[in-house]
Amino acid sequence: MVEPILSEPILSVRGLHTSFAAQEGTVRAVDGVSFNVFEGRTLGVVGESGCGKSVTARSILGIVERPGRVTGGEILLRPGDGGAPVDLLKLSPDAMRKVRGREIGLVFQEPMASFSQYYTIGNQIGEGIRLHLGLDAKAARERAIELLDMVGVPQPSRRVDEYPFQLSGGLRQRVMIAMALSCDPRVLIADEPTTALDVTTQAQILDLLRELQEKKGLAIILITHDMGVIAEMAHDVAVMYLGRAVETGPVRDIFRAPRHPYTRALLRSIPTVLAKPRSRLPTIEGSIPHPFNRPQGCAYHPRCVEIIDDQCRTEEPPEAGPETHRIRCFLHGGHKGAVA
Amino acid sequence: MSETLLEVRGLKKHFPIRKGLLRRVTGQVRAVDGVSFSVRKGETLALVGESGCGKTTVSRCILRALAPTAGEINFTIAGKTVDLAKLSRAQLRPLRRHMQMVFQDPYSSLNPRMVVGDIIGEPLLINGMTDRAERRRRVLELMELVQLPAAYINRFPHAFSGGQRQRIGIARALALNPELIVADEPVSALDVSVQAQILNLLLDLQDRLGLTVLFVAHDLSVVKHVADRVAVMYVGRMVELAETEALYSRPLHPYTEALLSAAPTPVPDAVSTRIILEREIADPANPPPGCAFHPRCGHATERCKQERPEMIEAEPGRFVACLRWDELSLRGIAAMT
Repeated sequence: MVEPILSEPILSVRGLHTSFAAQEGTVRAVDGVSFNVFEGRTLGVVGESGCGKSVTARSILGIVERPGRVTGGEILLRPGDGGAPVDLLKLSPDAMRKVRGREIGLVFQEPMASFSQYYTIGNQIGEGIRLHLGLDAKAARERAIELLDMVGVPQPSRRVDEYPFQLSGGLRQRVMIAMALSCDPRVLIADEPTTALDVTTQAQILDLLRELQEKKGLAIILITHDMGVIAEMAHDVAVMYLGRAVETGPVRDIFRAPRHPYTRALLRSIPTVLAKPRSRLPTIEGSIPHPFNRPQGCAYHPRCVEIIDDQCRTEEPPEAGPETHRIRCFLHGGHKGAVA
Repeated sequence: MSETLLEVRGLKKHFPIRKGLLRRVTGQVRAVDGVSFSVRKGETLALVGESGCGKTTVSRCILRALAPTAGEINFTIAGKTVDLAKLSRAQLRPLRRHMQMVFQDPYSSLNPRMVVGDIIGEPLLINGMTDRAERRRRVLELMELVQLPAAYINRFPHAFSGGQRQRIGIARALALNPELIVADEPVSALDVSVQAQILNLLLDLQDRLGLTVLFVAHDLSVVKHVADRVAVMYVGRMVELAETEALYSRPLHPYTEALLSAAPTPVPDAVSTRIILEREIADPANPPPGCAFHPRCGHATERCKQERPEMIEAEPGRFVACLRWDELSLRGIAAMT
């Protein structure tokens, strides 16, 4: 079979482990996650609360908060000049600072909480530009106006001197995107970029991200809980559950024929405008376990309707399946009773 | 058709904007500006719209958590109709047991210092069920109704997941056998896999108890799974009201069409037909003249900028507030996949 992979990934996460040491015990927030991100493509990372999707993003940027710590794996970034990939986990804090904002941009969920209220937006966009690109104040301001124009903020030369509280939620998120793209990063991490927005504003912002990606060939990691947003935006998707990517592959394949029992159940349980009125949704039994009570074996087994036997309860399933569509489930590989 | 439980007529709620040292009133936020609809006994009517559309304000006026500026709220109980908008607090008190609320956030709406049994039992106690054993029996009955294990009766809210907390909130709302349940975004704080459980529970309870539900939500996907009829609001006014299927398959108002189109569906490649509205939601303190939607509407004409459309019955049971509804042919959900 011919691999449909176009090129080398820009960013490759391999076996990432991040854990939080608390008094009650250690939480393995990210527990062996691997994926690749390519130029001009969007990788969706989707999952419910506690699945580790945001911690994954923070691990890539080296901004995991204490008591959290990356405990294993590699995060390989291919440099722009075509040199050998660099493992971000081995970089010094100083070197990492040159990656954040410069090579990898970040858009957060809540634009209000992520801006300073005391500086104008021009000031805040300009800060990164001056730091990374060495521009002076005047040039940075010019660049900020250009960026605001690029993300569709009306009257950019006036808005540049306003404060975040003077902007609506949608405009703030546009400014956040302008800031993330201020130094022309090749990778953009967007962590729930539209969750706080109204649905018509969400459509605008998603459209903007798509347009910018086309123009600049950005590699985007889109983190969300919303399968609808994934279907619309992503080329590839990693479905996470309690710290692990249970299924990773092309969006079309996974939505058309999901293979992991969790992905299958999750996709069925999503309300959609296409449903018959007042139709009952298939549900997933139980609830997501608290990270301190992570189940033994496959973390999904207590809720799984396709559980095979005790192996699911005691052993963690290995990653299996073709290179482009990885699944962590004994139904798809690694089961001892399986007929070869 | 069954009888009407609640009839809202010309409801308005304006909030004064005060400025300066003397707190002089300099303007009004027209959060709700002339809304009329009725809710039939036993149905679920969904009130949908984006932030600032006034849907929550409407629901709070109905429960009289807010005093309306104008309009009538006719509530029919035991064959008698009363206008809730005109009643004093004391007059309202005996009626409150007939209308209960389910809140959005199951984390902040339960007292963390009370055990589940006391949370669910509190409305019973307040309404005169002083006998401990009797109250406990009723609480256990309610817990069974919302599928909470009886063994959890002495636990505190923090021991529960979001979905279980929402079950507690629903049990509390049902304690007094209310006629009307107002549920304001009851599933929007929940994870997808839990959301479905709560939506199904609401459907089951309605079938079993014959509840009437006013379901306030922003998510048209969720609404499709619970509502008999849907009312769409935009900047303080209602723009369309119809049976669920009709509204989704053949919207009559351009805003409804845009909302349906913007709802993300879990179907890859559905994007191409999306309508992306220009600009932002109008400010209810300073709504545009004419139709409030005209600055964003792809079908607006000169007339739309000047004349404010009133709600009319376009077809039996279908209401729309658009000057051009009969000229437009808008796309429903079938055209979007």
